Amino acid sequence: MTIATRTQPQIITTALFLSPALSVLAAFFFVPVLSSFLLSFTDFDIYALGNLEYLRFVGLKNYESLLNDPLFWKALQNTFFFVFVGGPLSVLFSLSTALLLNAKLAPWRGLFRLIYFAPVVTTLVAVAVVWRYLYHPRFGLLNSLLGLFGLSPIDWLGDPTWAMPAIILLAIWKNFGYNMLIFIAGLQNIPDELYEAARIDGAGALMQFWNITLPQLAPTSLFVGLTTMIGYFQLFAEPYVMTQGGPMNSTLSIVLLMYQHGFRWWSIGYAASIAFVLFAMIFIVSLVQVKLQKGMQES
Amino acid sequence: MRKNAAKIVLITVSTILALLTATPLVWMALASVMPTGQASSFPIRLLPDAVTLEHYATLFDRLHIGRYFLNSLMVSISITLISLFVNSLAGYAFAKFRFGGRDKLFRMLLAALVIPAQVTMLPLFLMLNTMGLVNTYLGVIIPGIASIFGIFVIRQFALSIPDSLIEAARIDGAGDLRIYFTLILPLCRPILVTLAIFTFMGTWNDFLWPLIVMTDDSMYTLPVALASLAGEHVQDTELMMAGSVMTVLPVLVLFMALQRYYVRGIMMGSVKG
Repeated sequence: MTIATRTQPQIITTALFLSPALSVLAAFFFVPVLSSFLLSFTDFDIYALGNLEYLRFVGLKNYESLLNDPLFWKALQNTFFFVFVGGPLSVLFSLSTALLLNAKLAPWRGLFRLIYFAPVVTTLVAVAVVWRYLYHPRFGLLNSLLGLFGLSPIDWLGDPTWAMPAIILLAIWKNFGYNMLIFIAGLQNIPDELYEAARIDGAGALMQFWNITLPQLAPTSLFVGLTTMIGYFQLFAEPYVMTQGGPMNSTLSIVLLMYQHGFRWWSIGYAASIAFVLFAMIFIVSLVQVKLQKGMQES
Repeated sequence: MRKNAAKIVLITVSTILALLTATPLVWMALASVMPTGQASSFPIRLLPDAVTLEHYATLFDRLHIGRYFLNSLMVSISITLISLFVNSLAGYAFAKFRFGGRDKLFRMLLAALVIPAQVTMLPLFLMLNTMGLVNTYLGVIIPGIASIFGIFVIRQFALSIPDSLIEAARIDGAGDLRIYFTLILPLCRPILVTLAIFTFMGTWNDFLWPLIVMTDDSMYTLPVALASLAGEHVQDTELMMAGSVMTVLPVLVLFMALQRYYVRGIMMGSVKG
């Protein structure tokens, strides 16, 4: 008997290991992505759902209708507000709490970290329900807190100017612990020698923060900022539970609009074109992320 | 002197922030045991006069929350177990098997991570509809069976397993499946535990997809049921808080118990880039 040790499995074994994952991804992810793209060029609606003969190819008509749909522009504007105001605020808050917990003087850091992180693991729908009551104009805790400082009550979810800020506040509370942990890891990776050298040069705490901490944290901040934005583009459960997109569509988001068109009114072709607008926006942000990361690695 | 002052400021700020962060969750728990009407009365009270479990009883007796709880459990456990198996097979193969086009295929999968799941939902629903899987557990589970991120994380971990170990097992005559079950899976235990927690929590908290697939209320998962109840029982603050506690508590307890693994998972995700 010859000792022929195979060091590599045969092609059939490889296929055996890969096929469960790849076939599921192909059938239930890649094919749907392509079909969604095709659907966005059709008028697939409730009649086509019953009988495919009613399905027609309509070219770019869905996209044209989107451009003329004031609700779409409203949803886009609201989503941008949530992403470009709520996103940076979330990141800033995470950074501040990371600095707070990273200060070597502070005691019980483990306990504080646990408390700050707890909202991250909670169920979004459940905490959105809780916050809906916290925002109650008369019985809500938030207004009574404002009352302590002599401020007049706000109709958080009933006033179009306050509804989106209220959702942003909930999002900050829910998410800051996650990015905080990533920032803490980033802070701990900054070599101590840098600070020592700065102290020898006579740099104060503020100078050290400005000239060492911030530049050293730049890659982490970039990662955190862009992933947060990508997540925030997908805003859905908060307005669905708290405001149903109101008042006066002030919290209508792109995904909520897609859900309403696709699964409430069954205008599936139109909803698919909204889904692709979402994809395009996320794609652009991801592209920026990759480009900037490459730039940083080179410099 | 200055050091002490700084310390006091740090403690004060951290404590106030901790109180503010904990308040919504603590109030949820307290309001859930208040007698009906007490959580929406003026002036606002934080502590219940009398503790009652009547709202929990109502949830179980009249609103079938036990059923929703089991639905959530069923879906989350199935997705966690099946996806760990499927992703680890593929992750291991991508790390250790040599075959033509491997790296190209893997890069293609990674590139697809930018596609948001919402894009797939409309055609996926139509597919499930023709397959008769709308309003079934399988319908909710199917898109969760394999995940690119899961394959990626397991591959990164499996890369660190020395080839010599695998070759030694082959020389001893072990087949590839046997190597996977008796060598690779045990070695990958840390990553599998972390991934299991992430998958379970992610599925438990998931909302949009079960909302779309589960059309009959006996099939709702907890978040879907809670969102639906929150629409009907707007005035019943205490009842809704009890429902929120029931939804949040399992994941919160799981997190507290397995914190170490969870935090490690976040760090892995952040290295991903």
